[in-house]
Amino acid sequence: MNFVLLIFLPIVAALVVPLLFRKLKAIHTGWFVLLVPIVLFIYYIGFIKTTMDGGHAIAELQWIPSLGISFVSYIDGLSLLFTLLITGIGSLVVLYSIFYLDKNREKLNNFYVYLLIFMSAMLGVVQSDNVISLYLFWELTSISSFLLIGYWNTRDRSRFGALKSMMITVFGGLMLLGGFILLGIMGDTFSIRELIANASTFVGHEFFTLALVLVLLGAFTKSAQFPFHIWLPDAMEAPTPVSAYLHSATMVKAGLYLVARFTPIFAVSEVWIWLVTGIGLLTLFCGSLFAVKQTDLKAILAFSTVSQLGLIMSLLGAGALAYHSDDAIFKFATFAAIFHLINHATFKGSLFMIAGIVDHETGTRDIRKLGGLMSIMPVSFTVAFIGSMSMAGLPPFSGFLSKEMFLQSMLAIRHFELFNFATWGILFPVIAWIASVFTFVYSFYFVFKTFAGRQKSEPLPNKPHEAPSGMLVSPVILASLVVVIFFIPNIIGKWFVKPAVMAIQPGLYSHPSDVKVDVAAWHGFAAPELWMTVSLVGVGFILFLTMARWQKLYDIHPEYMSLNALYDSAMLFSEGGMNRISRFYMTGLIRTYLIYMFAFIAAITAATLFIKEAFVVDMESFTPINLYGILNAIVLVIAVSMVLLAKTRLSAIIALGGVGYSVALFFVIFKAPDLALTQLVIETISVALFLLAFKHLPSLSNHGLTKRNKLGNLIIAAGVGITVTLVALSAHSQKLIPSISQYYKDTVATEAGGGNIVNVILVDYRGFDTLFEIAVLSIAGIAVLAMIRLKLSRKEESTDENK
Amino acid sequence: MKTNDVILQTTTKLVFFIIFLFSIHIFFAGHYTPGGGFVGGLLTTGAIVLLLLAFDLKTVQKALPFNFTIVTGIGLLLALGTAAGSIFFNVPFFTHAFDDFTLPLFGTTSLHTAMIFDAGVYLVVVGAAVTMIQTIGGDA
Repeated sequence: MNFVLLIFLPIVAALVVPLLFRKLKAIHTGWFVLLVPIVLFIYYIGFIKTTMDGGHAIAELQWIPSLGISFVSYIDGLSLLFTLLITGIGSLVVLYSIFYLDKNREKLNNFYVYLLIFMSAMLGVVQSDNVISLYLFWELTSISSFLLIGYWNTRDRSRFGALKSMMITVFGGLMLLGGFILLGIMGDTFSIRELIANASTFVGHEFFTLALVLVLLGAFTKSAQFPFHIWLPDAMEAPTPVSAYLHSATMVKAGLYLVARFTPIFAVSEVWIWLVTGIGLLTLFCGSLFAVKQTDLKAILAFSTVSQLGLIMSLLGAGALAYHSDDAIFKFATFAAIFHLINHATFKGSLFMIAGIVDHETGTRDIRKLGGLMSIMPVSFTVAFIGSMSMAGLPPFSGFLSKEMFLQSMLAIRHFELFNFATWGILFPVIAWIASVFTFVYSFYFVFKTFAGRQKSEPLPNKPHEAPSGMLVSPVILASLVVVIFFIPNIIGKWFVKPAVMAIQPGLYSHPSDVKVDVAAWHGFAAPELWMTVSLVGVGFILFLTMARWQKLYDIHPEYMSLNALYDSAMLFSEGGMNRISRFYMTGLIRTYLIYMFAFIAAITAATLFIKEAFVVDMESFTPINLYGILNAIVLVIAVSMVLLAKTRLSAIIALGGVGYSVALFFVIFKAPDLALTQLVIETISVALFLLAFKHLPSLSNHGLTKRNKLGNLIIAAGVGITVTLVALSAHSQKLIPSISQYYKDTVATEAGGGNIVNVILVDYRGFDTLFEIAVLSIAGIAVLAMIRLKLSRKEESTDENK
Repeated sequence: MKTNDVILQTTTKLVFFIIFLFSIHIFFAGHYTPGGGFVGGLLTTGAIVLLLLAFDLKTVQKALPFNFTIVTGIGLLLALGTAAGSIFFNVPFFTHAFDDFTLPLFGTTSLHTAMIFDAGVYLVVVGAAVTMIQTIGGDA
């Protein structure tokens, strides 16, 4: 079977979701949707054997072969890991959402359609070997994320968050497209594998650094890296299953995937290492620092996600050091990155689900109102405790292992000697340590402020109780994984992490088992990372206990200095600025627009005509003038002057009809019966239409035109008239290419089975034109109906969608 | 403003059908002699406009109880369907088919899928134009 088609399975399934929602009201639509990720998960598990041996599977579906664009499903260790995360966590999230979203009150048809679109898009991102189709799926994830964040579209915050995420991620997406195109130019291919194979020739290419920065912009915006992280906290307006799925486990990791995937191409560059490691570490620091400030449960998790993404990013950056040094300690970081990515997906997923449960059962997510839920919600508390302790990096949870490896990798950077790392390298472990302290603090803050202590005197919006067991299944599964991974890290390593590492660094290993990393919880007393952990637990614990005293310090940082304020004012400025620019030339008067159009038509056409020396008049080919023609021309001129000189609208309309009829007569004289017929009927109907609309029109006035305006109009009108005449004369006088009429004459009977060329052109030769013209005609009809029947134009002028 | 327009109304009743039949003729003749769906549609619209001028809007709506926006939609579907239909015969979009058939009453004549497309054009023109005229005229 061509398994590239499986990428599209969720989207195809999305087609029947609305139908199921309508017809089978009694069953929650989620149960049907759940089948999709489960089936995919089970299918993809079969690939583990291939990737464990360092192999890969590939399937292709041609899309636009002439441009080298195709859908390719390329499954190696890295894409398989992401695929399993997407489908596995996807299954758990769908299961959770069945209990989270009420089947009677929520628009489940919309929700699951968006979710399935996202699933397809995400599978496409991680499996595509063709950068152009990767970009397509990449943008599709942004769009489905936009739709899911704005799912409760009656809330202002939801719409704001949705727009913000869209603005930032689509900006990144466009940068990414630029980067991909540059890569395509350098490597003369859109296939990632071929690009990687040619990577050595790119170094020193003039586009190399630019492509690198553009690709990174795409990755950073998607993975919410500093300073683009501001969209993620606002994205928390999405329903919690979405936050757990898109905004912690999968979509935000697409940036990490991208960095990992392109490491073999860019890792040789100093810029790459500095940017990825530096920005990652900065994000880790900022995220953890600001997480402590938050009071909304989901906001704490959002900032913690930002910070953990930064952590993984910095590890990926550090992993690139392995390309410059054979020292074993640098080969550690990539393994740590992938390992932490798995751990983060499990513990953060469970924490988000718990935040959703708390919100669902108590009616609030404000941590200041919560407390003492431990005895009421024991299962939720246990899950939250396991998740948080893993996040804080404590044993016996999986987060401890990857946190140790992270510290170890950061310590190793000190020993790297190229690119000024000898001078600045010491900063990396220091920042990592501080950020880890704050991570510890917000982990405790999250779990204990919610579940420990006493209940607040103020009653909660809902009377709290434990969540229904169906809702607890998914977080409990994830939490047990957190514990299980701690005890079998090397099996996880062998099955998932090492194949992925090999995919990231294909040149360094020939088989996954060559990745010589052995995860152990205990490295002996001499290991510096042990003492770093001990000290950060100590300091973190003290900070957590004294939190109430120093949390106020955050208020010193004024709101108007923040990146959010920058985003808001940039949006306001661009909206206002663009408005001002548009208002400058958009006067709202049709006559102004007509002046622009006609002036440009005349100027551009006349200029082209003379610059290209295309103006030729050949009197030979003209038809001899006859009496009918002269008479008709006289009538035409009289009718036109009557239009101009008419004092009332009625006489102007009638004179206009006269103009049309005399033009139709010209068609008769020159033997164009089809045109004549059409023109006659059109004139009749448009005069009738004018008469119908007559009573709505104001009486004829000169609209405050001065003499100078009139002179300007005269010049433009004369210019258009003269230009068109000259073009007509030149076109008639010289035939640069043979006329197409002969072709029509030859083929009209044989190829098209008709006799009247004019009509056959309309319905056959140029049928596309006609199809679109009637579409335009229909739109015009509906527009007239809408404008007049609904009177939209006047009443709702001042409503602004984004307020 | 109620004027006595018996003559106009009586003539209209007769002339309407003449124009309408002529428009049908023009529509069918289009492939071989001047005419076609576009002109045919316009002529039918012209006939309806004549009705509107002679009688008032309500009478005309009673006489022709169609929703003309739906007529537009049907026309578009017909046109698009004809164009898309060729895909099912594994030929490029918009490939027309034609052949000679012997029919009772008509004798041997050529039938052409372009005519179905043209019927779509006809319906869109009538639908859209009458919709516009009705809405503008009805907005008193």
